[in-house]
Amino acid sequence: MSTHNQVLETVEDYQGTDATSCVSTGGFEGFKVEISRRGFVRMLGAGLLITVTEGVSLAQRRGGGSQQPSTVVARLFINEDGTFTCLSGKVEEGQGARTELSQAAAEELRVPFDRVRLVMADTNVVPDDGITAGSRTTPYNVPPMRQAAATARELLERLAARQWQVDPDGLEVRDGKVTNAATGQTLTYAQLAKTEGVDEMFRQRVDGGIALTSVDDWKVMGQPISKPTHRDIVLGRHRYPSDIVRPNMLHGKLLRPVSYGATLESIDLSPAQAMKDVVVVRDGQFVGCAAPMVFQARKALEAIAETATWKTVPHPSSREISTYLKEHARTDRARPNARGSTETAFGGAAKTLSETYELAYIQHTPMEPRAGVAEWTDGKLTVWTGTDGPYRVRGDLARAFGLRDDQVQVIVPDMGGGFGGKHTGEAAEEAARLAKAAGRPVHVRWTRAEESTWAYFRPAAVIECKGALDSNGSLIAWDFTNINAGGAAIDTPYNIPNTRILSVSSDSPLRQGAYRCLAATGNNFARESFMDELAAAAGADPLEFRLAHLQNERIRAVLVEVAKRFDWPARKKKVTPELGVGLACGTEKNSVVAACVEVAIDRRSGEIKVLEVGEVFECGPVINPANLTNQVQGCIIMGLGGALREEMVFADGKILNASFSRYLVPRFDDVPKIDVYLLENNDIPSAGGGETPIIAIAPAIGNAVFAATGVRVRSMPMRARQLRSALA
Amino acid sequence: MEVTVTLTVNGIERTITTDSERPLIDVIREDLQLTGTKEGCGEGRCGACSVLMDGQRVLSCVTAIVQADGKSIRTIESLAQGNTLHQVQEAFLAEGAMQCGYCTTGMIMTAVGLLEANPRPTDEEIIAAMRGNICRCNGYTKILNAIRRAVGRPQEVSAI
Repeated sequence: MSTHNQVLETVEDYQGTDATSCVSTGGFEGFKVEISRRGFVRMLGAGLLITVTEGVSLAQRRGGGSQQPSTVVARLFINEDGTFTCLSGKVEEGQGARTELSQAAAEELRVPFDRVRLVMADTNVVPDDGITAGSRTTPYNVPPMRQAAATARELLERLAARQWQVDPDGLEVRDGKVTNAATGQTLTYAQLAKTEGVDEMFRQRVDGGIALTSVDDWKVMGQPISKPTHRDIVLGRHRYPSDIVRPNMLHGKLLRPVSYGATLESIDLSPAQAMKDVVVVRDGQFVGCAAPMVFQARKALEAIAETATWKTVPHPSSREISTYLKEHARTDRARPNARGSTETAFGGAAKTLSETYELAYIQHTPMEPRAGVAEWTDGKLTVWTGTDGPYRVRGDLARAFGLRDDQVQVIVPDMGGGFGGKHTGEAAEEAARLAKAAGRPVHVRWTRAEESTWAYFRPAAVIECKGALDSNGSLIAWDFTNINAGGAAIDTPYNIPNTRILSVSSDSPLRQGAYRCLAATGNNFARESFMDELAAAAGADPLEFRLAHLQNERIRAVLVEVAKRFDWPARKKKVTPELGVGLACGTEKNSVVAACVEVAIDRRSGEIKVLEVGEVFECGPVINPANLTNQVQGCIIMGLGGALREEMVFADGKILNASFSRYLVPRFDDVPKIDVYLLENNDIPSAGGGETPIIAIAPAIGNAVFAATGVRVRSMPMRARQLRSALA
Repeated sequence: MEVTVTLTVNGIERTITTDSERPLIDVIREDLQLTGTKEGCGEGRCGACSVLMDGQRVLSCVTAIVQADGKSIRTIESLAQGNTLHQVQEAFLAEGAMQCGYCTTGMIMTAVGLLEANPRPTDEEIIAAMRGNICRCNGYTKILNAIRRAVGRPQEVSAI
């Protein structure tokens, strides 16, 4: 059996190459970028003509997510009307990167938000900013955008100073206009854009040490600005990857194995070959059909799939996954992070507790499944696809087809969700193979069943926890082992003198990869649930017990705040066997979160209904409070799914619930009363906020269930049947 | 089996000859190139493909084209009149009730269908009508507020 143990949370750098000719649909309707072989950039659709050379290709030669482009023009340039075009290798999938990067540029350029247009994720146009993952856009991509914009502003000031023959220090820029306070003279950006030497200016290097606007002076950053695409979205005009149409395009469907690890032994292609307008492709295990209509391609594929014979292999089921992961744990490779002596501490403890938590595989189920359009022109490949890693996919495609990187262009239109689930480019590669054989562009859109079977999953896990209390009820030892899910947020933020913390890999039977906050969710669930168990063993209030062991000021602040807003002490007194309250906190990716929840328990069915969630989150200065509120609310509700219902059910190498009718994600009637509070902290740089708010919700629910029932459900999801049988 | 159907889409009569089993969504997206209607599941369980058929909200991914014969279909592209948005579209913008936006057009069409049948729905009625629509960015709170706003009711959670 094949092993799929690729936890895709690292952020690699990729080398870029020179720009060549391209047309991008970008994220905007009616907005196109053209780059000629000479590196001449033109904005079409906005009535703008830009004369910039070298910059983009120079930036791409430097490449690499961590290596920022050296010239201003590689990051942004001024258009003739005084607006700016900015370039980012990040993708937009609903998380708000397009808005915040545009805000960052507008802030430092001293222009209103609508004078900045951002071109994203087109490998022929934008720098390689690395994969969009790990809440990295805010801490790692916003600052360079600001530096380039601030440098551009200074360059334009200098240009004005040169015209006026004055010292630039006496000039001021506001609202896209340079003013000489001494003389009252002004020059607008539009005027400066037409000035001799502006192109030369923008080829200068970005000043990495340039002073950036302090948070107190922010005018565009910090504002609740809507996404630039929102009007197109409500009109149905925004083109997602699955909406891309190319002239003469076919739709493709792929033959999928009957089960994981199955190999195709024989297939009769003739039923599909006999169909009108259908192209049938077989290359070893790769079998697909393409036709002018999706329906035709599907019928053709179904006709030949019926004739296929397969060699299958044994595959473990979800029922036995915990045992399987433990049996295949690679303890020989793991190195614990240890402090003090847990062995001694456990030996001398007044009380010890030992429990095991379990985590199921879950799927991201973004609303838009994978989609890719591929088009071959003169041996070069262009794809439009939904992926977090445009440069990674470019490299994958180049390798798959024996091309140089500069022969492949990957364009990512703003796409329909990802949540860590779209780091790869399967649909693009499948479309490219079919398109190559058909000699026409091909569009492959995965079905929901394909997305839920052949993409990848958040890892399942077994987490073993052991804790010891002294006679005062203080936590003196902590032993924590995560098998399979990974080490994100595995270290305890609590002050415990003796700790042993271990992340152990295993042989995952399912293909696994990134997910919103990945292992941090499982690690925080087990840790915060077990802290609650220890608090109960110590006879302490869960809030007091945590605070007694917590020195991290930021976590303390959100925990105290959420408890205050929720009225924790009073609410705790009102707990009944049917109504519980619980709390949890945590930290990951340089942000902190705490949540209080109230749950109702149906003691006969074991159903848990979350009635109310209060969550306080802090991630440094907030760049866009409306977007961040969306993200926190989204994390809370997405967190309900993993906490209560979502799990991949599989047996004999087949996913048994690869559909929205059987894989139960949160719906309207699951939404509790939600209070989100963003705690201000302007003393640190902004951190990303799209992931960490998910980690507190599951343990807070579990703790509330315990408060009401005395039953501890040690799994994600916390299944109704588990609670029902425990209460019976 | 090939059939010829006549249907009105966004006020324009269309005669289409195609396979009788073909889903309405494919005709809308492929033949008529109205890509504002989205496919999220192909089994009528997510609501992304919602359109109005003779005023009733239907799931176009599980509606065979023959079922639309003689009917009047309205898609998201029909709502705005020139530059004037429908009140539900305006409300979604005002509340910022979208993240990736892939579910948004289906949400809006479902809400429009609800409001045409019931101009003053209660929260319970809104939730019951919207339950078939999934948002994976999980923006339900703001979507509910947007629909409250569209019917002129105060939003309980203020939009930031």
